[in-house]
Amino acid sequence: MAFNLVAIGTSLGGLSALKIVLQNLPERFITPIAIAQHRHKESDNTLSSLLQQFTGLPIHEVEDKQKILPGHVYIAPADYHLLVEAGHFSLSTDEPVSYARPSIDVLLESAADVYGSQMIAILLTGANRDGVQGLAAVKARGGVTIVQEPQTAESPILPRAAISTVQVDSILPLPCIAPYLVHLCNPAGW
Amino acid sequence: MTTELNPEDIEFQLLVEGIYCRYGYDFRNYAPASLKRRIRRFLHVEGLPTISALQDRILHDQDCIKRLLLSLTVNTTAMFRDPGFYIAFREQVVPILRTYPFIRIWHAGCSTGQEVYSMAILLQEAGIYHRCRIYGTDANEQVLQTARTGIYPYKQMQEYTRLYLKAGGQRSFSEYYTANHGSAIFHPSLREHIVFGQHNLVTDRSFNEFNVIICRNVLIYFNQTLQNQVHGLFYNSLCNFGILGLGKQETIRFTAYEGCYEALVSAEKLYRRCN
Repeated sequence: MAFNLVAIGTSLGGLSALKIVLQNLPERFITPIAIAQHRHKESDNTLSSLLQQFTGLPIHEVEDKQKILPGHVYIAPADYHLLVEAGHFSLSTDEPVSYARPSIDVLLESAADVYGSQMIAILLTGANRDGVQGLAAVKARGGVTIVQEPQTAESPILPRAAISTVQVDSILPLPCIAPYLVHLCNPAGW
Repeated sequence: MTTELNPEDIEFQLLVEGIYCRYGYDFRNYAPASLKRRIRRFLHVEGLPTISALQDRILHDQDCIKRLLLSLTVNTTAMFRDPGFYIAFREQVVPILRTYPFIRIWHAGCSTGQEVYSMAILLQEAGIYHRCRIYGTDANEQVLQTARTGIYPYKQMQEYTRLYLKAGGQRSFSEYYTANHGSAIFHPSLREHIVFGQHNLVTDRSFNEFNVIICRNVLIYFNQTLQNQVHGLFYNSLCNFGILGLGKQETIRFTAYEGCYEALVSAEKLYRRCN
């Protein structure tokens, strides 16, 4: 099964968790990755330049209608929701969801609409419930759902809420997530 | 990618088509992801199980379409929103505007007008406001009524003051308004050269030639077909070397008009028409 998108949502503690996921992905990892990380509305693009230090995959703060390309990592810009359309992204300034803009629910629900069973959704560390509904939507459309093992999360609230609400496919310690993605997206090896 | 439409996608298309046939409001070229999201939220508010049930109600109930239109409108705005944009405007655009005897500025999709008043303040501080005329337009008459009053909740002033100062504001922000019973009433002198009027970017045509067009975080709600159409409208409404200002995460790059502009301040999405 080929996947068209990996969507990752995280909140409190996300920066160090994302660092570990990204640095363990090979540079040949071709499935596009979209990330919604809760952040302050006036933060600049330091998040993407920080994360860029840990991966050879090019990282972008999404601009409206940017194409989704293989081997690229896309980050929801501060103060915008990131939505997935067929083959590209859209942004919105609709009101925050669970106090968050970008919201993880918005990213995952829109991605589930477009990619259905051909996507993987991952929830990492976080201190509120934004993302749980989105993960449920991905599950309902047949996508693969992965949650960080709560004990390995800086803030276990989001992973716990997800596990108790959604019948998730895999619960993995943080260091195992990247290898598992490689296994899912390229089972035949490189 | 899944190409086959699920039942909800079909219902969604039929609803949008139905609204257009029945009422003439054209959402057919809106970006589907955000529109879908807002329609789902409206379903929830109305207590309806499916989009088909909503379609039934919309086609037969004139009040329901009014409620839907209100809930589809996004009115996120603030004074001096994205302060860096105003700093760039002050430093890079104002010197160009000084060379014109008369300056026409169009704020397209201005919502309740906060960014229009911000521009009036900036131009006043730059000493060229008396030579300007600002046209603030929106498709929604209701938000324009708020814009015309220049009255905003007082509780927002702390945030607006912070943004004003970050945007390089030169005075005390409270000089621009009078506080009254929980409201901040902006001085009518700021409105002296502003005209607020209804204009629908989807269906209406150009109404003047402008030196500056500002349209921030409006086109993100349109698909690429409609974005190209509106960019055509902007291009044809700008004078030679006119300035186009977009939202922080918007770009001319993915549109058909990429080659028609040069970046003036690329980080702040200020472009200059170059042919």
